[in-house]
Amino acid sequence: MDPRLITAVVVVVGIPAVLVGYIAATEWVLQLLPQRARPRIRPWLWLTPALAFLFVFLVYPTIGTAIRSLQNADGTKFIGLANYAWFFSDSGTLSALKNNVIWLVLMTILCVGFGLLIAVLVDRVRYEAAAKAVIFLPLAISATAASVIWLFMFAYQPPGTAQTGTLNAVLTPPGIGPLPFLTISGFSFNTILLVCVMSWMWTGFCMVIISAALKAINPELLEAARVDGATEWQVFRGITLPLLAPTLAVVATTIIITALKAFDIVYVMTNGNFDTQVIANSMYQEMFLFSNFSRGSAIAIVLMVAVIPVMAFNIQRFQAQEAIR
Amino acid sequence: MATVTFDHVTKRFADVVAVDDLNLEIGDGEFMVLVGPSGCGKTTSLRMIAGLEEISAGSVRIGDRVVNDVAPKDRDIAMVFQSYALYPHMTVYDNLAFGLKLRKVAKQEIDKRVKDTAAMLDLGKLLQRKPKELSGGQRQRVALGRAIVREPAVFLMDEPLSNLDAKLRVETRANIARLHQRLKTTVVYVTHDQVEAMTMGSRIAVMNEGRLQQVGPPQELYDHPVNRFVAGFIGSPAMNFVDVALTGQGADAKLSAEGITIPLPGRFRQVVGPTTDRKLVAGFRPEHLELGETADGAARVDVKADVVEYLGNEEMIHASAGGRDIVAVVDSAARVRPGDILELHVAPGKLHLFDPETGATLVAERELLPA
Repeated sequence: MDPRLITAVVVVVGIPAVLVGYIAATEWVLQLLPQRARPRIRPWLWLTPALAFLFVFLVYPTIGTAIRSLQNADGTKFIGLANYAWFFSDSGTLSALKNNVIWLVLMTILCVGFGLLIAVLVDRVRYEAAAKAVIFLPLAISATAASVIWLFMFAYQPPGTAQTGTLNAVLTPPGIGPLPFLTISGFSFNTILLVCVMSWMWTGFCMVIISAALKAINPELLEAARVDGATEWQVFRGITLPLLAPTLAVVATTIIITALKAFDIVYVMTNGNFDTQVIANSMYQEMFLFSNFSRGSAIAIVLMVAVIPVMAFNIQRFQAQEAIR
Repeated sequence: MATVTFDHVTKRFADVVAVDDLNLEIGDGEFMVLVGPSGCGKTTSLRMIAGLEEISAGSVRIGDRVVNDVAPKDRDIAMVFQSYALYPHMTVYDNLAFGLKLRKVAKQEIDKRVKDTAAMLDLGKLLQRKPKELSGGQRQRVALGRAIVREPAVFLMDEPLSNLDAKLRVETRANIARLHQRLKTTVVYVTHDQVEAMTMGSRIAVMNEGRLQQVGPPQELYDHPVNRFVAGFIGSPAMNFVDVALTGQGADAKLSAEGITIPLPGRFRQVVGPTTDRKLVAGFRPEHLELGETADGAARVDVKADVVEYLGNEEMIHASAGGRDIVAVVDSAARVRPGDILELHVAPGKLHLFDPETGATLVAERELLPA
């Protein structure tokens, strides 16, 4: 018999059997316990497999990564915090760090700002669903495909040759171009362009979430404010915006995390060249280009530590919101 | 303070006419109640005064000013919403102060007015709370306070009591009436509840299907409804209607249906004229049905009691007369039992007659009615 068939049978029959067996076993164990203790013990027994998986595939590798980040390149010797010292002194990684700050700030402003603006505007147009679908579409494309699209937009040919890039094709006839967009690193111009591409993708996400929150606001509140004497802008500032604040906070933190993890667009469009390096890409390069798993691990840990406060804020916010309900 | 005038006002939503050629004058300091079933156009009318709904035709005036194109904020009105529409992110104090802040009233003045209003509505201890920390009744008072604190020319209230429980509703009804007596500001009050309308309004405007049916003080609407709709809508329980046939002439003219005999009261003779064999609709209120011997000239209704609801000093009898449902409210001392055969009668002065086609009251002219 084909060994693959055996595997398939084992998976299809075996896994449910194990699950059912586990549940049966827990019930059998519970029978041995006094009646009153059972309701307290049962949830823990049911949670155990999930917690075990989480531990094996998340906690254990995290600890492993943390240990690895303290070792030398081939993992044979502990070298203390040397990898971290390298990360915070190397000009390449420091530039990546600086770029990530640009990503974080600019992408959050662009995505949340435009997301809010578009959400408020589409709320007042007739073909709202269609307009929203168009704005949301970029998020449905893979980041790699989006990068390729924008590579065409930014494409550059030397002066005198035909410009295949959309932007340069437009800018060249009036004499402004051609511009080698992705290699202009002054004022982090090319990094900003990459951030714009990512924002193009994620603005739709922000818009959809903000739009849903906007719809949840009781229209009588806005009418009450208008009767109370507010102009449209004062209604927005005084009522709509404060009521959207919790949503904006959640959306902003989601975007901050996305910006910190930015990798694919940079990898495809510039691969970190021309001063566009970001932390995630330098981690990738350390690990798979230079085979220095320890430095890669150190970068991973730095990235994780940077994300933790944002995550904590998000979870806290979420719990606070749940408490109100 | 100001008057509010609807002058041939029509409101269309796409091809639905929500309010049809409304003419209504609301006097300065008057408590006007707009009442009618849902979808009758009462809330739309209120929202047109507020400026929250555009006017398709005609004009609305507040005082002497046509306000058709005036923004809500410039109309000098305050509105209490059905959902209260309290700003959830602001404390009670800020909810009350919001409108004053927007109008750039001096801080000290704001503080004074907010505190005065809070004292008036017994909200003093709640000023630092957020709306979600308040009970329904407290929220309702904040909504009222937010309107009062502005000292507007007109108060608009859109079913402000409908989210309160029965007991609180009765209390708040009296409180609003008291506030009106004290502030003497024009109030336009929308409700679907005729009891609220009867108890609160100095005048009531009854609306149905976008049209104004009748305007008048509560007693006038109760005693002299102009048509079958108003007769059925005002008063609780609702008026009994019976299809009757008119036979005979002059003093012998009578209206009858199975189990029901009504000598035609003298005041109707002239209106009905010499025509005999005419179909009419007779109307009499449950509380005007009396037990006992039928006096001369009174309408007689023979019924069989089906269900008796004991209400304390009264009991409500759901009965049938020739297959028709009749509701009567009588003194509970009568101790009616289900299955009892009863002879009920109605004094001639309490009888209403309607045209079966138009629904109009046959004697609408006051002078034809006995004093």
